[in-house]
Amino acid sequence: MNSRFELRNHRQEQHYFRLRLGVAGVVMLICFGILAARFVHLQLLRYDYYHTLAENNRISLVPIAPTRGLIMDRNGVVLAHNFFAYTLEITPAKVKDLEQTINDIATLVEVSPSDRKRFKKLREQSHEFESIPLRMQLSETEAARFAVSRYRFPGVEIRSRLFRHYPQGPLGAHLIGYIGRINDSDQQSLKKSGEFPNYLGSDHIGKSGVEQFYERTLHGITGTQQVETDADGHAVRVLSSTAPVAGDNLVLSIDSKLQDIAEKAFGVRRGALVALDPNTGQVLAYVSMPTFDPNLFVNGIDPDSWKALNESLDKPLINRPLRGIYPPGSTFKPFVALAGLEAGRREPPFSISDPGFYKLAGSSHRYRDWKPGGHGIVDMRKAITVSCDTFFYGLAHELGIERMSDFIGHFSFGKKTGIDLTGELGGLLPTPAWKKKRFKQPWYPGETLIVGIGQGYTLTTPMQLAQATAILANNGIAYRPRLVSGIQPGGSGKLRPVTPEVLDRIKLDPKHVELVKLGMMDVTQPGGTASSVGAGAPYLIAAKTGTAQVVGIKQNEKYNEKNVAERHRDHALFIAYAPAESPKIALAVIVENGGHGGSAAGPIARQVMDYYLLGKEPPAPPPEASPNAAPPAEEETDAHD
Amino acid sequence: MPTIRFMFKQLGKHFDQFLMGVLMLTMTVALLVLFSASGQSMDRMSAQMVNIIAGLAALWVFANIPPQHLQRIAVPLYLLGMVLLIGVFFFGDVSKGARRWLDLGVARIQPSELMKIAVPMMLAWYFDRRDQSLRFSDYIVAAILLMLPLGLVLKQPDLGTSLLIGASGFYVLFLAGLSWRLMGGLALGAAAAAPFLWNMLHDYQRRRIEILLDPTQDPLGAGYHTIQATIALGSGGLSGKGWLNGTQSQLDFLPERHTDFIFAVFGEEFGLVGNLLLLLLFAIIIGRGMMIAANGQNAFCRLLAGSIALTFFTYAFVNMGMVSGILPVVGVPLPLISYGGTSLVTLMIGFGILMSIQTHKKLVTS
Repeated sequence: MNSRFELRNHRQEQHYFRLRLGVAGVVMLICFGILAARFVHLQLLRYDYYHTLAENNRISLVPIAPTRGLIMDRNGVVLAHNFFAYTLEITPAKVKDLEQTINDIATLVEVSPSDRKRFKKLREQSHEFESIPLRMQLSETEAARFAVSRYRFPGVEIRSRLFRHYPQGPLGAHLIGYIGRINDSDQQSLKKSGEFPNYLGSDHIGKSGVEQFYERTLHGITGTQQVETDADGHAVRVLSSTAPVAGDNLVLSIDSKLQDIAEKAFGVRRGALVALDPNTGQVLAYVSMPTFDPNLFVNGIDPDSWKALNESLDKPLINRPLRGIYPPGSTFKPFVALAGLEAGRREPPFSISDPGFYKLAGSSHRYRDWKPGGHGIVDMRKAITVSCDTFFYGLAHELGIERMSDFIGHFSFGKKTGIDLTGELGGLLPTPAWKKKRFKQPWYPGETLIVGIGQGYTLTTPMQLAQATAILANNGIAYRPRLVSGIQPGGSGKLRPVTPEVLDRIKLDPKHVELVKLGMMDVTQPGGTASSVGAGAPYLIAAKTGTAQVVGIKQNEKYNEKNVAERHRDHALFIAYAPAESPKIALAVIVENGGHGGSAAGPIARQVMDYYLLGKEPPAPPPEASPNAAPPAEEETDAHD
Repeated sequence: MPTIRFMFKQLGKHFDQFLMGVLMLTMTVALLVLFSASGQSMDRMSAQMVNIIAGLAALWVFANIPPQHLQRIAVPLYLLGMVLLIGVFFFGDVSKGARRWLDLGVARIQPSELMKIAVPMMLAWYFDRRDQSLRFSDYIVAAILLMLPLGLVLKQPDLGTSLLIGASGFYVLFLAGLSWRLMGGLALGAAAAAPFLWNMLHDYQRRRIEILLDPTQDPLGAGYHTIQATIALGSGGLSGKGWLNGTQSQLDFLPERHTDFIFAVFGEEFGLVGNLLLLLLFAIIIGRGMMIAANGQNAFCRLLAGSIALTFFTYAFVNMGMVSGILPVVGVPLPLISYGGTSLVTLMIGFGILMSIQTHKKLVTS
């Protein structure tokens, strides 16, 4: 009975157990069902999403920087090129003790104090996870020495990089410009213009000169490599790649020999020279003195060199032809003359008798001529030749400021010439409206007289003066000034010439142009203000001298250059074109604080024209004339102004 | 020849052939996945083969111990386990911030592993003795027997193992007939106590639960495991990327990919089809275990076998759940598949006990 009960009990118990087990089994199936549903959700319904995530994990796009285009002069002389070199770079975010690391590196590879300073400066301008160069251009031995100890320096790497180099050094630095590391503001403007993706592999961008203006042409197209990477970011294999397209080469119209002669002709003097081909607008020489070595800037300039350049009184970093603004002085007169002739004034045989001053009706103020006692009987041609102030005072007064400024504006005064460089200034061609806006004052008649001789408010850049001269030489046809004459696409190698662009054809009476030109030709003849410049030249030079006042001279005070501090002396200006009958070169020269245009700026122009037209090089290197020294004795024969 | 055949027959006499077949199949799959997950490392493969052989030996030993002997050693084993756990509490080695190992001079052991077997054995023994009529006090005693080791393991801290020990004990209680009303009350109590338990959890445990709810909170830190594992699974798609071709696995994006997260490798390379087949394999193993439990000779056998089968289920569910991002990350390996000897041997001992219960029946009844 007992066993029966136990058996029954046992069965009941087993039955109950199985019930519970069944419940557990159902729970288990539900749980596995949940898992299965989750798998379906992840692997079927959201497959695309997770597939993309996995692909993003594994595939990274590595940009391959293109080779930057070369810059050459008109004869194929290389002005900017690239070369491979090793750099030692540090990613600050990956380095614990930066100072110590650099000290340790210095035991293997030379690290100069200026390297350290430059690194410090670059670091302030960069993000912590950017790779910043500490040393450039490591020798093979240095690279090898470091490579052996590399394991000791996490976050420090040797890289082979393309470097930009300017083999001519300071020659034409302002026109060639330079590239520099891409900074935050570059990055922002690249993002704005949508070009940023093309710069993912690039560290550098054009910062000035042709390098900046032709950045898009020179840069090329960045290639990409699809690389499979592991979780640590190490590349496992290359999946696919698109080759970069090298940037286009630029051929400049500059003749580097001519450029060199022009720069040397300045010696230690400050100033600018622009030489153009009046028939095409091509720039033949573009000088800003003093100049500097653009190679300093490529990988970040070290603070000492920067300080020296930036704080120099000579301001070598100013791009004088483009951004230096000077009163045109008497070089303005041929254009005032033309304005007068076109307005029907002063046509031959009109002449005046010059007493050496001009007086406005109803005023006792004497507007003096530069030559006390005057020039005697003066007609239009002679007025230009001798630079007669009295003649132009009268003409300016008769024309009035608005008519004069309006006409002269056609010769690119008061507006940009449109040369292929960034940062050009437009100068200033004053009008009563401008004065009212600027000073809230009316225009006084006397101011018109001053403008008529190129002084007063009028300001021009050397670039504008050269362009105006070229337009005049070309009888009113204005070409856009161009530094680049041809573009050689990175791949094909076939040179595409840049066609000259006519900006304007000024309607001028050929008779009037001829008259002004005759006056300018006489300038370099005996009796002209620059007779020494034309002396012995086998071709005819048309020119005009000019002097721009730096410090105002009071009435009745005589300008005495010996008593004036060097930097307060007048600027010497000179414009010219030659050969006068069929001009091939037109130029403008400014020598800052040089004194007289004919004696200080004229000889520089002559050397440039001699080389360009005759292939004649200056006999000996020009004497290292101190800017304080008086002009050479033989040029004393030149008339004042 | 006949002698050798006889010897083999004798050797395999206490093997449950069906269960044995499924286990061997699963472990073969495990070796394939491990080969891929370890970056095709032959060293890991041979080490895991040694683990498997050790596990099979343990299985054989326990399959040959009759259940009544197991019943007899239940109490001493439990007491031994408790002593060792207390030893760990006072003298254990600390590694990775947890005190789990005990150095006995001859060997370093992890007593919490032993408890995965000892706790259900102890509770099965207790309920077998009290099988006439269960009173409320019995559940109190059982709860204390369960809570003592559980508390010590939680204190180590080892959330994964304590979860499994707790589950194995709970299953015995549940199968022994723990009243629904009491369970309902406990569930309510647990819900009410949740805020207090939350405060008792370690910071890293709390963080894991927070990350489960939103892994993107910390994509490169605590959420990284879950995010990368989900990506691996999801990108596997229907049929997977193929063996050795999982990009998430082969390119190191998956952390702990040969241990706790091996399922992500499996799911990436074999896809949804592979995952469902693996679920099926596990369901078959659990089902076989439940059948053995249902036919158990006495309460001890039934409760123990049921608990072992359901604990295996817990292993699989918790691991797959955490890898696929529906459960928090707790240190529970994928049973039979994750690399590692300790948990494999414990599991195999469990299967040995199942086989012993299945194959010693006639001896008892006759």
